[in-house]
Amino acid sequence: MINMTDVYKTYANGVTALNGIDINIEQGEFVYVVGPSGAGKSTFIRLIYREVKPTNGTIIINDTDLSTLKEKKVPFLRRDVGVIFQDFKLLPKLSVYENIAFALEVIEESPRNIRKRVMDVLELVGLKNKARFIPDELSGGEQQRVSIARAIVNQPKIVIADEPTGNLDPETSWGIMRVFEEINTRGTTIIMATHSKEIVNTVKKRVVAIEDGLIARDEHRGEYGYEA
Amino acid sequence: MTNIEVNTAMKLRTTKRHLREGLKNIFRNGWMTVAAVGAVTTTLLLVAAFLALMLNLNHMAGGLEEDVQIKALIDRTANEEQIQELGTTIEQIEGTESVAFSSSDEELNQLIEGMGEEGNTWQMFEQDNPLRHAYIVKATDPTDTEALASQINDLDNIQEVNYGQDVIHRLFQFNEYARTIGLVLIAGLVFTAIFLISNTIKLTIMARSREIGIMKLVGATNAFIRWPFFIEGMLHGVLGAIIPITVVLTGYYYLYNNLGDQITYSFVELLPFNPFAWQLSLIILLIGTFIGIWGSVMSVRKFLKV
Ligand SMILES: Nc1ncnc2c1ncn2[C@@H]1O[C@H](COP(=O)(O)OP(=O)(O)OP(=O)(O)O)[C@@H](O)[C@H]1O
Ligand SMILES: [Mg+2]
Repeated sequence: MINMTDVYKTYANGVTALNGIDINIEQGEFVYVVGPSGAGKSTFIRLIYREVKPTNGTIIINDTDLSTLKEKKVPFLRRDVGVIFQDFKLLPKLSVYENIAFALEVIEESPRNIRKRVMDVLELVGLKNKARFIPDELSGGEQQRVSIARAIVNQPKIVIADEPTGNLDPETSWGIMRVFEEINTRGTTIIMATHSKEIVNTVKKRVVAIEDGLIARDEHRGEYGYEA
Repeated sequence: MTNIEVNTAMKLRTTKRHLREGLKNIFRNGWMTVAAVGAVTTTLLLVAAFLALMLNLNHMAGGLEEDVQIKALIDRTANEEQIQELGTTIEQIEGTESVAFSSSDEELNQLIEGMGEEGNTWQMFEQDNPLRHAYIVKATDPTDTEALASQINDLDNIQEVNYGQDVIHRLFQFNEYARTIGLVLIAGLVFTAIFLISNTIKLTIMARSREIGIMKLVGATNAFIRWPFFIEGMLHGVLGAIIPITVVLTGYYYLYNNLGDQITYSFVELLPFNPFAWQLSLIILLIGTFIGIWGSVMSVRKFLKV
């Protein structure tokens, strides 16, 4: 599913973010990526949907070797990887419905499918009654749920989230975790970078700890392991 | 539905979307659109005027060339034998199409006829003809006339060669100047138009960089992202062609109907309105579209590194 071998990443400014990553993640797994600030978690996540390219090493996603993946094929990789951002990345002038539908329109889904899928996913994240609102009329947690809805509406095989609960109150965070668990039980692989000790220690999953660009720990049903 | 039907439906829907988005951008960019379209309009107006002038001048020059003939006047001292010989020599020069002998009497008759009423006064010369025998020579290629004339001029027993050299020479020269000046002006304007179009589209791209970023992240293909910008540029070009085409069609219609009547000389015939004005309009539209597409390609290539 996701396989990295000896992956290095040095940014253009000379900073080495990843220092030889080896990891294998199977279809349907739920993985927390933890570690101190600046350890390389976001870099690790960006490699998966090819926002950054590794300096060295092999990355295989869904049987596709990213190092030989043609630029033209990148969009098709991304259709299999739903991404959730800490800053939501919603379009401010579009309604909740339109924001989610947008992700299907640009991959040329038929209008009938779009309506059905968007309504389904709004149901899942509990925002059916706010479909016509624009992002500014929503709370932070609601916006985050819209961005989750957009990431999963296409039913991707993998969903990755970089600190999806970063700015949210505990109540909202748990709501979001429930959504993740729900789509995970449907077979979607979830990879989530987080600083939340509470979540990691409560909803027990595989924990991958990155420190100084290396995997320092990789445990199933692991602990957060850092002071919050 | 079959697979092909699904694909066609998809393509049709997507095409509609791109057209809609491109059109929206036109309105969103307001004054920048006006500037870009205005630049295309100015360019195309000039191209149209220039092309109409050039093509008509070429047409006239062509007509004129057809009529061009060399009149080689023969020395009065030449005897019959020498005149015969001269005829064969001219015939053998490369590029000669036809040679015809015209005696001094024939020449005088022609002159008298050509002058109409006034010609009568010349009739008194019939006894003592001041004119000379001549050879009327035509060149195979009219543009070789000048060279052929000078070759004939160098022959023995030739007194003088006439072929309306001044008119032809000036017409060709004018044509050439007009072409050079026109091309420089048009090239400058085309580049200005392309620059303005690509700048306008850059505005769209920058204003929508967030949207484009999200499109990329959810798996939109580059082609999908680019199309609306191509449409926007193409629309700049097509909109810019509207006024020039209107001007060409109405302007040439009046010009052809009024000027065409006044000028009676056969060689200054304007190209007929139909099909010329329509062809010119089509060319204008194509150039406009080309400028628009080029402008958008320039900006999209630089700013959509996707
Ligand atoms: N685009 C970039 N250009 C240059 N250096 C970068 C870039 N992104 C990250 N880095 C550097 O790479 C290192 C790892 O950054 P990364 O964002 O992966 O850390 P992180 O583990 O996600 O941290 P945090 O928990 O604070 O989000 C840092 O030293 C950072 O400064
Ligand atoms: Mg980070």
